[in-house]
Amino acid sequence: MTLLDIVILLPLAGFLVTLFIPRSNPSLVRTFTVAMALITFVVSLGLALGFNSDTAGLQFETNFVWIANPQINYHVGIDGISLWLIILSTFLTPICVMLSWRAVKERPKEFYAFLLLLEFGLVGVFAAFDLFLFYVFWEVCLIPMYFLIGIWGHDRRIYAAVKFFLYTMTGSVLMLVAIIYLYQRAGAGSFDYATILGAIQSGRATLTGAEQLWLFLAFFFAFAIKVPLFPLHTWLPDAHVEAPTAGSVMLASVMLKMGTYGLVRYCLPLFPNAARQCAPWIIPLAIIGIVYGALVAMVQPNMKKLVAYSSVSHLGFVVLGIFSFTQLGLDGAVYQMLNHGISTGALFVLVGFMYERRHSLEIVDYGGVATVAPWLSTIFLITTLASIGLPTLNNFIGEFLVLQGSAQVNILWTVFASLGVILSACYMLWLYQRVFYGKASEEVEHHMPDFSGREWACMVPLIIMMVWMGTYTQTFLTPVTKATARMLEQTTTSAPIRAQVLHQRALATRGPDPEGAPDEGVRPTISAISAGGSQHAR
Amino acid sequence: MPANWMPTSAEYLRFLPEIILTIAGTLLMVMDAISERRGSPLYGNITIGAMVAAIAASVFAYSDPGPAFSDMLLVDGFATFFRILVICVGILAVLSSYRYITRENAEPGEYHALILFSVMGQCVMVTANELIMIFIGLEISSIATYVLAGYLRDDKRNNEAALKYFLLGSFATAFFLYGVALIYGMTGSTNLSLIRTAVTGVSPVFVAVSAALMLVGLLFKVSGAPFQIWAPDVYQGAPVPVSAFMSAGPKAAAFAILLRIFMTAFVSIGSGWEPLVWISALLSMTIGNFAALSQSNIKRLLAYSSIANAGYILVAVTAQSTAGTSAAMFYLAAYAMMNVGAFAVVAHLSGKGEKHVSVDDFAGLATRQPLTAAMLTVFLLSLIGVPLTAGFFGKFYIFQAALQSHLVWLAILGLLNSAVAAYYYLRILVVMYMKEPGESLLNLEPLGPGLSAALLLPAAGTFILGIFPDLILNFAGKSAVFAR
Repeated sequence: MTLLDIVILLPLAGFLVTLFIPRSNPSLVRTFTVAMALITFVVSLGLALGFNSDTAGLQFETNFVWIANPQINYHVGIDGISLWLIILSTFLTPICVMLSWRAVKERPKEFYAFLLLLEFGLVGVFAAFDLFLFYVFWEVCLIPMYFLIGIWGHDRRIYAAVKFFLYTMTGSVLMLVAIIYLYQRAGAGSFDYATILGAIQSGRATLTGAEQLWLFLAFFFAFAIKVPLFPLHTWLPDAHVEAPTAGSVMLASVMLKMGTYGLVRYCLPLFPNAARQCAPWIIPLAIIGIVYGALVAMVQPNMKKLVAYSSVSHLGFVVLGIFSFTQLGLDGAVYQMLNHGISTGALFVLVGFMYERRHSLEIVDYGGVATVAPWLSTIFLITTLASIGLPTLNNFIGEFLVLQGSAQVNILWTVFASLGVILSACYMLWLYQRVFYGKASEEVEHHMPDFSGREWACMVPLIIMMVWMGTYTQTFLTPVTKATARMLEQTTTSAPIRAQVLHQRALATRGPDPEGAPDEGVRPTISAISAGGSQHAR
Repeated sequence: MPANWMPTSAEYLRFLPEIILTIAGTLLMVMDAISERRGSPLYGNITIGAMVAAIAASVFAYSDPGPAFSDMLLVDGFATFFRILVICVGILAVLSSYRYITRENAEPGEYHALILFSVMGQCVMVTANELIMIFIGLEISSIATYVLAGYLRDDKRNNEAALKYFLLGSFATAFFLYGVALIYGMTGSTNLSLIRTAVTGVSPVFVAVSAALMLVGLLFKVSGAPFQIWAPDVYQGAPVPVSAFMSAGPKAAAFAILLRIFMTAFVSIGSGWEPLVWISALLSMTIGNFAALSQSNIKRLLAYSSIANAGYILVAVTAQSTAGTSAAMFYLAAYAMMNVGAFAVVAHLSGKGEKHVSVDDFAGLATRQPLTAAMLTVFLLSLIGVPLTAGFFGKFYIFQAALQSHLVWLAILGLLNSAVAAYYYLRILVVMYMKEPGESLLNLEPLGPGLSAALLLPAAGTFILGIFPDLILNFAGKSAVFAR
């Protein structure tokens, strides 16, 4: 049993134990859950410490047969991408427990149990390396989130919960068909991801162009709903707004990343040709999402909805980065997943704190908060600036990498996507101005106490992470670059024709490559780009 | 007629489960006539004892598999699997009816005897290797079930259910019998293996007509579209434990003979009947799921869900492969657990005279009785097909088998259907967990021992099969090969 197995199983154990804690003792439930979540986080830090950044291969691997026929393995492991997403999940769970301390009064036992179950599912999704296992964890995440929204949410919670469930379910059944079909065609007699990927890349199993396209679309559809990519995003504002704060945080910070993670992990390596074929269609959708999300965010009268639409915009950058097929773009996309997790998570936490005080999410009910609660305002300002993408704070790095990566392929994409950066400053600063400046109304004056100790405990780690990720990128990007470089190589080597196109494109934008001979093709170009990428990144 | 027509002792052993069930049923009838004790749980206990013994006998009979009574019966893995399955459904139905019978003041003696006879008929059906035996089993099972559907004879809806079920069921059986007669006329045999070899030499038109007629009869029994119209009315009208029983036991047995007949006798004209089953599968899934969306009565909702589930299993039949057959077997086992479990919760909540059977009556169940709600949640999640439940693996194996047989569109449409189905199952979850308790739950009794067992056993089974599907699937895979 590796450290990773422990990180996966601890939340599950916590969930099961929580079920047996007597209902009459809610404080025991809270204490136990927060302890469990913290222990899981500490153990998961061991993954980062023990992680070898020099290799792109799987680490902390466990692989044994779970079901013999058809062969389904319990195969888990991590590479640089999974590593940070797992730690993001374990990092945010204790924060979510703490911030629900007072907000959740009804049926606290079930609430905290579901939070731990959600953590189990999320860690599992990012650790699974068997297609079937991945699907299992993917669905496991769905149930607790459904209940979190539906039981502890706001007024229209039931509508939002059912919409969330049905959207995700529709996408995932198509993915299931694709997984089974892929298993059949790979002919390897196993759902193990490495085995299937190996069969496809080595040419032992060949998919026709049409098959690749349909399979890609089935996977892509499931992931795009989760991301959510325009125009499949309509469940998101409902779910975010209606969910309790902890639910919104987990949803925005980690669950949306399941979609982008799936795109990177499965869509690109398995169906490189189809992915490249579809990229010219997907990228415009991503850019529309960036601009549209930002514009809609600007006119929202509701703070939570504003943050929700800003997510649509931010996630558009991630998709843009992924489908630029450049080292910089992919690095930026992965980095942006983490950044968005931290900064948007923090925004939801802060909005939740304000809701606890004023019991309103409408912007017009606030104003002048800065005079009554200076610390709250300062922290909110830092988070706002991080979300806008101010240099030295985290989002800047991610957006910059993505824009640079996309510029290598098509400068027009960068131009349009940059609009999103500008617009984000508009809607966030305007929000800040309306909520925190001006004259404090009577309600605000009486109901907005400054931070409590518990709230500091929630926010300080998040602020530290924003600064850390914005200033000392190496900690996080080094393991990521290795994994993304390998992934990029996988998408290229198994698609020789497309690679040629990429190669020529790279030549066109970067000038003739001094090292690699043009007809030798792919690998030199990739390593050149990745070397260039790392230089830029550091 | 062979010279040694006297059955050997080995042959009697192979028939032991049916013998036990018959004796127990008869005993109950006699007891009921001479005993004064009314409403005693004794009848239920005897019934369960007899059925447990019958399971043991089925396992024992499988230690020496083979034909019995001049090849009329065939004890193989397939038969043993279904024997145990239908007996288990019987046990669960009896467990969930202890309280119900007392509450409704019904006579326990005949009720339990009828359940025993019905289960016995199903055992004969699944063991039969010959059309006449299949027909006899079908009739024993059906007639007992017709009576059960109208068991509370002062209740109008019970009467309606029984009459509808009886009339339409008799029609269907007649269709089936007509098919049997035709094929006997063509091939001169009712033995499935002999028919299989004989059909190649006779007029394909008559074989096709005969197969189609039998298919009509069997589709009726499994409530497959377009012969599903009776199911909602009958399930709604019948007493809840009987609905639970009907929706799983006779259905499993009917699927067993459907598979056995069409995979043995008519295997050579597979390409002919495939489109028919394909269409029926798609229609059943679509009609069942879409009609269930707008139901407010929980029994009706479960009835439509059972039509949709029949559709999923028909997908497995369409696959016409060992994988398909074993997937159907697995799904039937999973379905029996989750569906009988869900009905058992309804039996618990419905109250005297079944007053509380609308979906809204479940409001706030999670705060009143968290354990009951949790177990219904398990069944519903399994019906939705969420991983780590038996229902998920059931669907998974079915659609895998479909894809293996290149039924890509059927698989896609089926899985999309299961996303539609999620909506109405979720509605029950929503009401249970997210609404305030209403008046209907004010006088809710605690779960008695019988109901607790009727909920806990399938809930545990749903989880166990959801994590270790191999436990059943390996056996199903081995048994899905029919004698040729």
